[in-house]
Amino acid sequence: MLSILRDLLRYNREFLAGSILLGIILVMVALSFVSPYDEGVMFAAPPDMPPSPEHWFGTTSRGQDVFWEMTGALRNTLAFGVLVAIISRLIALVVGLVSGYLGGKADQAIMALNDTIGALPHIPILLLVYFVLRSQMSWVILAVVASLLGWSYDSRLIRSVALSLRHREFTRHAVFSGMRTSQILIREHLPYVVPIIFFTAMNNLIWAIGLEVTLSILGFCDINRPSVGGMIYWANAHSAMVSGIWWWIAFPMIFVVTLFLGLFMLAMSINEYIDPRSRLARMGA
Amino acid sequence: MQQAPAGQVAAVMEPMPAQNTLTIERLKAYYINEHYGVKREIRAVDDISLVVRRNEIYGLAGESSSGKTSLIKTLAGAIRPPMRVIDGSVTFNFGGESVDVYRQPDKMRAARWRHLSYIMQGSMNVLNPVRRVKYSFRDFALRHMDKDDFQQRLEAHLLRLQLDPRVLEAFPHQLSGGMRQRLTIALATICEPEFIVADEPTTALDVLVQQDVLALIKEVQQRLQSSVVFVTHDMSVHAAITDRLGIMYAGRLVEEGPTGQMFANPQHPYTAHLIGSLPRIGDLRIRKSLPGRPPALFDPPGGCRFHPRCPLAIERCSRESPEMLPSKTNGRVACHRAGEAEVA
Amino acid sequence: MSVNVLELEHVSKFFPVGGLFSRRKLQAVNDVSFALSAERAEIFAVVGESGSGKSTIANMILGTELPSSGHLRFGGVDIATLTGRKAREAFMGQVQPVFQNPFEAFNPLSRIDQYLFATAHRFAGADTPQRKHAVADEVLQRVGLSMAEIAGRFPHELSGGQLQRIAVARALISKPKLIVADEPVSMIDASLRMSIVNLFRALRDDLKVSIIYITHDLATAYYISDRVIIMRRGVVIEQGEARAVLDNPTHPYSIALKNAVLPPDPIRASAIIRARGTRIHGAIESF
Repeated sequence: MLSILRDLLRYNREFLAGSILLGIILVMVALSFVSPYDEGVMFAAPPDMPPSPEHWFGTTSRGQDVFWEMTGALRNTLAFGVLVAIISRLIALVVGLVSGYLGGKADQAIMALNDTIGALPHIPILLLVYFVLRSQMSWVILAVVASLLGWSYDSRLIRSVALSLRHREFTRHAVFSGMRTSQILIREHLPYVVPIIFFTAMNNLIWAIGLEVTLSILGFCDINRPSVGGMIYWANAHSAMVSGIWWWIAFPMIFVVTLFLGLFMLAMSINEYIDPRSRLARMGA
Repeated sequence: MQQAPAGQVAAVMEPMPAQNTLTIERLKAYYINEHYGVKREIRAVDDISLVVRRNEIYGLAGESSSGKTSLIKTLAGAIRPPMRVIDGSVTFNFGGESVDVYRQPDKMRAARWRHLSYIMQGSMNVLNPVRRVKYSFRDFALRHMDKDDFQQRLEAHLLRLQLDPRVLEAFPHQLSGGMRQRLTIALATICEPEFIVADEPTTALDVLVQQDVLALIKEVQQRLQSSVVFVTHDMSVHAAITDRLGIMYAGRLVEEGPTGQMFANPQHPYTAHLIGSLPRIGDLRIRKSLPGRPPALFDPPGGCRFHPRCPLAIERCSRESPEMLPSKTNGRVACHRAGEAEVA
Repeated sequence: MSVNVLELEHVSKFFPVGGLFSRRKLQAVNDVSFALSAERAEIFAVVGESGSGKSTIANMILGTELPSSGHLRFGGVDIATLTGRKAREAFMGQVQPVFQNPFEAFNPLSRIDQYLFATAHRFAGADTPQRKHAVADEVLQRVGLSMAEIAGRFPHELSGGQLQRIAVARALISKPKLIVADEPVSMIDASLRMSIVNLFRALRDDLKVSIIYITHDLATAYYISDRVIIMRRGVVIEQGEARAVLDNPTHPYSIALKNAVLPPDPIRASAIIRARGTRIHGAIESF
């Protein structure tokens, strides 16, 4: 594991750049745990102050230090995105592999369900859930619902790989070796599917964060929890751009871009590394 | 091959058509793979020199990973990174004009299909499956030929090859594999090229169809008086149509000579093994395979590449790589103990 | 009267082809019958060109396809009745395949001993790594290899001949009564073929395993089979004792097939090609 990391860091520029960018974000997230300000508390600092040695990124109109607010926001937003990505990957993986391997009528039935769910509009459903569960709403529930909506496209990708693997000679061989279906799927087919998972996880993460930001901007979030979208919501509510308080909007934007860019580069470089074809080329096949 | 009749002086100052249509000199082409700090040099073509003459079929034999497909791709100028030519040259002679494949790429491009065509492995799939056959012919050949009488010449060409011109209107999936292969040969020969490269053209075909295809290739070659380099691992096919035969092992040429002599009196132990290990109907004698396997091309054995598996290996073989020297059978052989091999 | 190891009784198989408006039947196998007795192990060759139905027969024997009509019986039991996992597994333990393409038979990303270990676990009851290793080593020795040579290797590190031998070794782990080999040597270099072919002979003689040897190569069929059946477009053209049929074929197709084989002899081979001549090849073939 360590040698793989070392190889990637040394020889792959993208991985290095991505790691640095993501490292910045992670440092911010770590710092959120030692924030001198309590989260969500307003007017703990003088409002509308531009960036200065005391408040590195300035303060907001609500009297919050932008820097420390960012650390909390990044942590929460990232947690949301990661949770959605993990749950929806798992669902997409299971559905795609099983459907592709079984084929025939089972495949058709599963894919019909898949496409139906994919056709559902995301934002209205999330809004509906929000309204229905208003008082018990928490970001975890939101994340779970979002992940239940976000797996359908990727499961088709995984299914197509599984379908092609089903017809390969070594699958037939594995059957005659007495391997059970689950064993075949996990041991033989999974390595081919993992690169897709990685790549789609990246997409999914962006989508999830975008979803969260959108909902927050619209006001459908826990206003006491700092989040990237939330910060932008409040900045809009206080007409920050018009009042000239550019730092309130600029820094969330910069960090969102950094986050996406870092994740993207990491995903690309790891993807290239674990892709079966490049693995085979490295092994000397 | 032409020769002035004895006793007659060549009074007319005509240039003789060049005898050698292809000259390969000390060619080296390697795959250079570099991933994550691991550099691998796969020596697919390692110092090969050979000459192909006009009006002959030169066969290239060898097992898988012998480098024969790499050699074919290299001499046709069809290689891409990570495979590169490291050293040496490939020079064609098209009707008196010489073209160096790697130093004159523009001339080479102009010469393709008109002077040099190829029949690759699995070339049955060369025909575009969603268009009628005639469009494939147009795509490949029209730019080299006169547009006005193209259709006429095409039909005449097919008739000469005993193919019904109505086939042009068909889609590839309506034709059998053998039929597609025959069309591919027609496609490769329509511009009447001086040089044809064929890589396993009959491998996936049924035995009966294979004979038809081989007969077709032979007939075309004789009529056009062209040179053909024919690659296959099937020694019986070499026996059937080639004039000269070259045996490759681990990226090198180990023996070369007239086909009849190669089969009757192989000089290199590997050649002897290749020929001796083939089963024949009616012959129940026990046949054995060589132990071991062909070497990995990124880490070949030192000295003679064949020495770890050679029944005649001596100490010298592991140190010194043998040179290609003239052999007793009117060819060349690279072996310290040439001529001592026994055929089973 | 002992039960036959394998028995095909008037087996036919057809596939529906064509589109929505013109469904027709492609007769892949048409009324084939033969039996392998349990008395002696034998090598039974099924010879034919592409489209002869030989691979379809292999699939039916292995149970991956069901016949359209007729019965295939293994040890007296109709193969079509073997549904359910336990029955299928018991059957697979007795009938093992060796497929055509040794390079594709193994997952290029997995180490090759994994297949041996999986089969040992499922069919030889090997639970511990040591037992699996021992079982694998034993079968590898039988095919002329050993764990020391191949342990931890990936498929691309081995030659076609070695891979195919490992495939045969894997097939032997469950101590099958029957091995179905579908074109086992056609993708291996000609000079390495004999080692596999000789291996089949040894399996029949030493381990008493019967082998269904499917091939288009008459020369190797002549070399090792006891009985042979020649097929064309799903129909049996000729069958009988191997040497008898192949030395003196009677049906015109068998004769043509035998003569079509190019001998590795320049004088005779080039004479055959010269004599081939040319004919009009204009027929457009459709289903």
